[in-house]
Amino acid sequence: MSTAEFPTSPESPESPAPSAAPAPRRTALDALHRSLGATMTDFAGWEMPLRYGSERDEHTAVRTRAGLFDLSHMGEITVTGPQAGALLNYALVGDLAALRPGRARYTMICRADGGILDDLIVYRLAEQEYLVVANAANAQVVLDALTERSAGFDAAVRDDRDAYALLAVQGPESPGILKSLSPKVSASLDQGGAPIADLDGLKYYAGLPGTVAGVPALIARTGYTGEDGFELFVQPEHAVELWQALTAAGEDAGLVPCGLACRDTLRLEAGMPLYGHELSTELTPFDAGLGRVVKFDKEGDFVGREALREAADRARENPPRVLVGLVAEGRRVPRAGYAVTAGGTVIGEVTSGAPSPTLGRPIAMAYVDAAHAAPGTPGVRVDIRGSQEPYEVVALPFYKRQK
Amino acid sequence: MSQTPENLRYSKEHEWLSPVEDGVATVGITEFAANALGDVVYAQLPEVGSTVTAGETCGELESTKSVSDLYSPVTGEVVEINEDVVNDPSLVNSAPFEGGWLFKVRVTEEPSDLLSAAEYAEHAAG
Repeated sequence: MSTAEFPTSPESPESPAPSAAPAPRRTALDALHRSLGATMTDFAGWEMPLRYGSERDEHTAVRTRAGLFDLSHMGEITVTGPQAGALLNYALVGDLAALRPGRARYTMICRADGGILDDLIVYRLAEQEYLVVANAANAQVVLDALTERSAGFDAAVRDDRDAYALLAVQGPESPGILKSLSPKVSASLDQGGAPIADLDGLKYYAGLPGTVAGVPALIARTGYTGEDGFELFVQPEHAVELWQALTAAGEDAGLVPCGLACRDTLRLEAGMPLYGHELSTELTPFDAGLGRVVKFDKEGDFVGREALREAADRARENPPRVLVGLVAEGRRVPRAGYAVTAGGTVIGEVTSGAPSPTLGRPIAMAYVDAAHAAPGTPGVRVDIRGSQEPYEVVALPFYKRQK
Repeated sequence: MSQTPENLRYSKEHEWLSPVEDGVATVGITEFAANALGDVVYAQLPEVGSTVTAGETCGELESTKSVSDLYSPVTGEVVEINEDVVNDPSLVNSAPFEGGWLFKVRVTEEPSDLLSAAEYAEHAAG
């Protein structure tokens, strides 16, 4: 056999060529992954678990029970100070000054021309403290941009990439597993003004400092799988202890360690974009169908405002290409970069593709010409190494959990 | 550690070839290769009646993260393909040397450069 690998994510365009890259970094859980027999992969300069056994079984565990991930490659940046919110409102496209402490937002950082530098989760930990979580491949770019854009603001930008390990417990059993580890959440104010005393008070896209199994952690109800779940930011020296506590607590519920291979198929089924695939500096949030993250009515100016206004008009009146879902009629798997065709003409390009364990068929996200973007558009095919394979155009996401 | 049965011969491209019986030999991929691929989700096998040539591609295997060309370790006519694998490619992962065999060939030319189990194990480890 000769094998072509389709990586989970490419290096960011700003990253050095692989030949010039330094030795891959290892997380605090590296020895533990190896003792579990993980297949490791180079991911954005980090050596990360790709899978421990069958990636399909890991995927199914997260959909039906629970999975445990090491996501320590993610890039944490802390922003503090009286004008922390004002700085983020200027540097990012969202309205972070309006975010209440204890809450999180999905947002983006753009260039002045509107091109996406990265997509981010921002947690407001306190009135004057935010945690920005960037993709591993873009963390340096985001750090540099935030630092540059902080000029003139009474706020400090701190590189906290080495300060955190990140563990995620994802899946329907994850609240029960976490509750069995006597989690304590620092009292804060929820929407109604009542203090959040326990995990049930921690709603989706909330995050607060606390402890899990006695380990100090930022406990966040976020994820990238389309399931309920938690992300736990801890000091690297506590990572092994917390991993082992979660493993023991999840044993009866069927929790399994999960690698990046299933994380990619989980997020794809959930229709979530991945930087370097659906998002790039060549695209604005409006091109990616995510214009809702851009808040034009927030206070103050922000980087990219003018270009994004034009991008919003263009996307509304004359969209160049539209992000759609494709479901295979056959069994051959579309991969990033493959051409989408209709009537022998190229009408688009696949950005992510994989066999979907939940649907039992290959699926893809693709940018296609607006004329072919409506669900059910007939005659759409993907050129799979020279063979035109029939695909159905569908609305995203492919999978939505029952709440 | 992956298995390398003693009674089989192996190609450097990670296919195995059974002993020839009544002129016919069976082809599959090794456990080492199956583990490296991850879950196989699609197997495109050569057609029955077609001719395969030792060292040349004759199909492909797709997994979650990769697609691999399949090389024939032997020259001859394909007399049977494993329909069970076509319907359930995960057999390649669960039983690469048994239920996960790929196709059978009426051998016209015995390959001379295949590896023994010990030689293949060394090749795969390297």
